[in-house]
Amino acid sequence: MEILGYIGYGLLVIGGIFLFLGALGIYRMPDLYNRLQAGTKATTIGAMSAILGVGFIEPAWMVKTIIIVIFIAIANPLSSHALARAAYKAGLKPIMKKKIDAYEKVQDIEVKEEVKL
Amino acid sequence: METVFIIVLSLMALGLLLGFLRFVKGPTAADRAVALDTMSVIATAALVLLGLMFKRYIYIDVALIYAVLGFIGVIVIARFIEKAL
Repeated sequence: MEILGYIGYGLLVIGGIFLFLGALGIYRMPDLYNRLQAGTKATTIGAMSAILGVGFIEPAWMVKTIIIVIFIAIANPLSSHALARAAYKAGLKPIMKKKIDAYEKVQDIEVKEEVKL
Repeated sequence: METVFIIVLSLMALGLLLGFLRFVKGPTAADRAVALDTMSVIATAALVLLGLMFKRYIYIDVALIYAVLGFIGVIVIARFIEKAL
């Protein structure tokens, strides 16, 4: 009981720190894609860790917290992927020092295949 | 152990404040959608933690519904941006 409580408090503090760092990345990063990277990955691990910590502190709530954690693990990468795809197709170009844009070539290939068909 | 709750909740509140500043400032609509996504996830974790602090089991259900609605909203906004920005 005691050990589970201490694990829960540790997970809670780790989750809080990751959530704050994700929001700091949202505010400080220069570009939409950098903001998406910082704000989605750090927030995913932070929210999962904090909610699991609550489940460890109060073991009667474990089932519903695990349901929320599984939902966040599925839904958060999906929404970040949809946002990045939408921003790229709407014409926002990423800031890059080395000009490597693999998705542009993929789109060219798709367009050529459509023309052939 | 109240101090741990207060520290974590203040970190989450600072995160919500930074997300809201980006939501106000953001140059394009996609930036605002990213900030909204981050804020909804932070608010989900904060609701679960508040439910533990106040000993209210119903807050877990509220957090689950809030996570589902935030996800659906972000997907809809992304679809809308993809067509016309």
